[in-house]
Amino acid sequence: MANPKGRKVRMMQGNEACAEGALRAGLKFFAGYPITPSSEIAEYLALKLPERGGKFIQMEDEIAAMAAILGASLMGAKSMTATSGPGFSLKQENLGYAAIAEIPCVVVNVQRGGPSTGLPTQAAQGDLMQARWGTHGDHPAIVLSASGVLETFTQTVRAFNLSERFRTPVILLLDEIVAHLNEKVVLPEEEEIEVLNRRRPTVPPEEYLPYAAPEDGVPPMANFGEGYRYHVTGLMHDETGFPTTVPEKVDRALRRINSKVDNHVEEIIEVNRFELEDARVAVVAYGATARSAKRAVTDARKKDLKVGLLRPLVLWPFPKEEILALAKDVSHIIVPELNLGQFAHEVEWAVCGKTEVVKLNRVDGEPIRPAQILEVMEKVS
Amino acid sequence: MFNYEKYLRMQRFPHIWCTGCGIGVVLKALLRAIDSLKLSKDEVVMISGIGCSSRATGYVDFNTLHTTHGRAIAFATGVKMAKPKMTVIVVSGDGDATAIGGNHYIHAARRNIDMTVILFNNHIYGMTGGQYSPTTPQGRFASTAPYGNLEAPFNTSGLAEAAGASFVARTTAYHIAQMERFMKQGIQKKGFSLIEVRTPCPVAYGRRNRLGSPVDMFKALKEGSLTKAQAEKMKPEELEGKIITGVLVDVDKPEYIEEYDKLIERVGKAVSG
Repeated sequence: MANPKGRKVRMMQGNEACAEGALRAGLKFFAGYPITPSSEIAEYLALKLPERGGKFIQMEDEIAAMAAILGASLMGAKSMTATSGPGFSLKQENLGYAAIAEIPCVVVNVQRGGPSTGLPTQAAQGDLMQARWGTHGDHPAIVLSASGVLETFTQTVRAFNLSERFRTPVILLLDEIVAHLNEKVVLPEEEEIEVLNRRRPTVPPEEYLPYAAPEDGVPPMANFGEGYRYHVTGLMHDETGFPTTVPEKVDRALRRINSKVDNHVEEIIEVNRFELEDARVAVVAYGATARSAKRAVTDARKKDLKVGLLRPLVLWPFPKEEILALAKDVSHIIVPELNLGQFAHEVEWAVCGKTEVVKLNRVDGEPIRPAQILEVMEKVS
Repeated sequence: MFNYEKYLRMQRFPHIWCTGCGIGVVLKALLRAIDSLKLSKDEVVMISGIGCSSRATGYVDFNTLHTTHGRAIAFATGVKMAKPKMTVIVVSGDGDATAIGGNHYIHAARRNIDMTVILFNNHIYGMTGGQYSPTTPQGRFASTAPYGNLEAPFNTSGLAEAAGASFVARTTAYHIAQMERFMKQGIQKKGFSLIEVRTPCPVAYGRRNRLGSPVDMFKALKEGSLTKAQAEKMKPEELEGKIITGVLVDVDKPEYIEEYDKLIERVGKAVSG
């Protein structure tokens, strides 16, 4: 079957789109551990990676999978792992290692109900804060979201690009609904996909300082095995890569790795706006919940309710300015979420009392339905 | 006189290890072994976890990766899979490799992935102040075993053997020539190699257990060791507390990455049809 431009239309699952997006972004190495509802990503890549000369491995545990992708990335291979809540918890220490050692990689967390084993096959969005603050210490975080199958594809590509651009781990925070959703998609052609690669050193090995950064804070990265012999450690280190406890050097290093995200918020953040031009009430929603919200906005517009949707595609860094600007135009911001109000908490902080934030939460494994959101819209309009 | 400086990052000295520690002796043997194989420094990746011996990666002039506690072998798996031409050497202690990292230790051996693990077995967590490890003998004292250790120790070489390693050898920091030879054999071996080196920790282990000076502890390694051939002639009760040195396993079997490369070739052919 072909669309008018002659492109292939396919039925695709969210997890499959994630795996396909990774391949198109240049994935060369995937290490995983079986966990519902993310396993299809590993299964697809076990099949497809060797076809393209890449490698897949099922490690002995979640921690090992995270460690293995960091080892592979240091050798120059674009790397990814995929998991769900309990596995994501186990990966946190090595995620912090990736942040401080500045090793690009993509970590997919297909969220399910928690805490603990929780609801393995049902939807939730309860890992929003873990994705930001799960590992110890102050560290940068880039966390992306997706609401549909094609968007899962494009966001996976973007996750790799941001990771390579900023030399930092990027988390793709999906949910069970989007991951297991089957939709008709037309994937972009190879040449339409922008693929970024990490900055390489331009100096000879004897002059290379692995953690000396130009103005934008992102140091060029040499692959191990190409003549640039250097040291990588999770200990606080200076520009040479070797451990240091000198207060000024520690301070400078930690502030720099955080500045990579803090100083590029505008470059990183992306929001999608729907029917917001004349809206008096706004919904802020992400992931699967944004699908219900969009439907609710469409239904509400038919009832002449002036409502719109702001859908962040990047959850962290938090789109503070976008939310604040929205708060000036609307009387209420409704935040539907499959948790007890994690994103709403940030929205409340951002709007700073300028508008009323209305939470709509479900934690029973079921999606929030459009009618539920519509009901709240009607109540506050 | 061997030129160690060729392989050391001299600007990183002095090192952190205590006087009388065996780690330096073991590291020197490893550098001699690498040198004897005429490996390019650019082709060696040395990977470590957390602990005293794991600090070795900071002092040697290879591609060096000092990872999280217990995870060196898991990082090494990604390193080797992404660039199989590299010589991958893991340096790790008994706590790092067989307690927190025990799962990676057995599974890398089971896969028979081509890497060499140098296990610095000093029976104690030195860096954190002398807590008992999975190789602390029963009855020995540690900061967390003030009444004597109740737990049975691991036979770490036996563990690697049972898990499927291609090459397993045990030696001690006293046996410097043997140690170097085993390391060389291990690095040359295609597959997972384990070199267990019993090494003294006079400060965090020896002192608490009244094992004497560092010299006494090295002498004890000499006197407490038997060759595999000698041990085979003795009764189990006579072997109690002895260190059996020698090459314990040396077998040829399929190596994981070579098998994966064959798979890529097979699948690639099928796809291109």
